[in-house]
Amino acid sequence: MIPVPAFLSNPERFMAFSRWAAPLFGGIAVLLGLAGLWYGFTAPEDYQHGDTVRIMFIHVPAAWMSMFVYVCLAVASFLSLVFRHALADCAARAAVPIGAAFTGLALVTGSLWGEPMWGTWWVWDARLTSVLVLFLVYLALLALRASLDDELKAARACAILALVGAVNLPIIHWSVNWWNTLHQGASVFTKSGPAMTSDYLIPLLLLSLAYMAAFGSLWLVSIRGEVWRRRADAAAQRLARA
Amino acid sequence: MLDLDASPYGFFVWTSYGLTALVFAGLVWSSLAHARHWRKRAEQSDDTPK
Repeated sequence: MIPVPAFLSNPERFMAFSRWAAPLFGGIAVLLGLAGLWYGFTAPEDYQHGDTVRIMFIHVPAAWMSMFVYVCLAVASFLSLVFRHALADCAARAAVPIGAAFTGLALVTGSLWGEPMWGTWWVWDARLTSVLVLFLVYLALLALRASLDDELKAARACAILALVGAVNLPIIHWSVNWWNTLHQGASVFTKSGPAMTSDYLIPLLLLSLAYMAAFGSLWLVSIRGEVWRRRADAAAQRLARA
Repeated sequence: MLDLDASPYGFFVWTSYGLTALVFAGLVWSSLAHARHWRKRAEQSDDTPK
């Protein structure tokens, strides 16, 4: 059996861990976010993009997080499907709205950058289209969960859909290499190092870490809410049977 | 020094930051409200979580 971290295998331990970890991650997110915004708005204008370069400091982290959250969702879905672990299903369910929000932000802020720089709000480019598909998968997961009353059936169906949807992740990542796209290729994690100066790299990385910490905090709080919801439902069912 | 004058792209820059702030505020509010609501409901039941 795959070893699962102790706090993930026991709801009581998870609740004890998340009680202090969620506010800690939230505090880290605020501090990193403020530092990132400071560096972002003290950075010089880009010689080609002008002030629109500042959109990149919030667009790129949102795009990275849209995929990272999906990886977390896929892992939780796998654990839920294979080991029938209730807490893994709570984690998968809690990740979906957060992932949808990050993906929506990536699409909208990208569009707001594209209009002044590309001259269009949208193109059916491989990267943009594959991220739109990711957004639709998140929405489909929300709709599927809402449409099924049986918790076990909903968990199983959503886990299968989430794992099928994971096929889209490598497509998003390599879309800029596999097809001729208007969207630029990787400019941070490349073999030759970041293709930007520290003026832009520092705020980008600070805000990326802030987004990551914010996700950690929001995810933990949402999972806690989901654990409480299930306990309240279980108690209500026991009362109804009594 | 802080450069808050994003002209001529102010609309695009500030709309992006404004929407991002709104979405984060919504996420924080909804996750806290959901957790508080169900915590209260769970605590009212016999199966109070630790």
